[in-house]
Amino acid sequence: MFYYLGLAAVLFSVGLFGVLTRRNAIGILMSLELMFNAVNINFVAFNKYIVTDDLLGQIFAIFIIVVAAAEATVGLAIVLVLYRNWRGVDMDHVNIMKW
Amino acid sequence: MDQPQVGIVFWILSFVMLVSAFMVVSLKNIFHCALFLIMCLFSVAGIFILLDAEFLAAAQVLIYIGAISVLIIFAIMLTSNLAIKKITQTNENAVVSFFISLIFAFTVVLLIGNTHVWRYSAEIPATGNTLNLGRYLMTEYVLPFEVVSVLLLAAMIGAIVLARKERS
Repeated sequence: MFYYLGLAAVLFSVGLFGVLTRRNAIGILMSLELMFNAVNINFVAFNKYIVTDDLLGQIFAIFIIVVAAAEATVGLAIVLVLYRNWRGVDMDHVNIMKW
Repeated sequence: MDQPQVGIVFWILSFVMLVSAFMVVSLKNIFHCALFLIMCLFSVAGIFILLDAEFLAAAQVLIYIGAISVLIIFAIMLTSNLAIKKITQTNENAVVSFFISLIFAFTVVLLIGNTHVWRYSAEIPATGNTLNLGRYLMTEYVLPFEVVSVLLLAAMIGAIVLARKERS
């Protein structure tokens, strides 16, 4: 149990590092997927060792996978629009919302 | 009940996973990052198998590796010259973020290691997990199931509307 949770925590931190440092919008999305996977590992580990009488953890993990797929779809569509409007996907230049 | 032990397979999988995850966030070529992401997702699927979640491992391979990775590679191709250019991929916050992530990981692992109140369930997890999963999804969790399909539909329509060329 400790090993699985520790692995998930380290994976989450790697994803966090990616989200904070990546310049490329697609890179940020890929790091987000890493973080989703870390959370999924946590859910399934808890499902195996702590709450074993029903499959709540695995069902929740399935929903997380679906939401991640939806998020990736919309995110990549936004990346395409960004690319079309600014000829690049560098997030440092996307500061139009900054007042 | 004692801490359940893990085998050598776990260590191999986690080594592959963490190394490729680090490659994902640190390589300069974004296309190589996508390929390492696929490798990382494969090892996550292996971890799911170790945790007796066969259906989830299959779904991981189908959805993440089969769909999301292909989507990401498509996006990389469509946003063109990124695939060959070797520009710097990190912004000026890299050092600070590295230490923040390091401290975060250290804190969380310490926290998990010092927690001794896990109430390990004594009963053996039920086998035939795909069968039970399907049964739960069709009876008890049928409302979230339907809501999530509506969410997928909404995301699909949203993506099409966003990516469509605007008529002038």
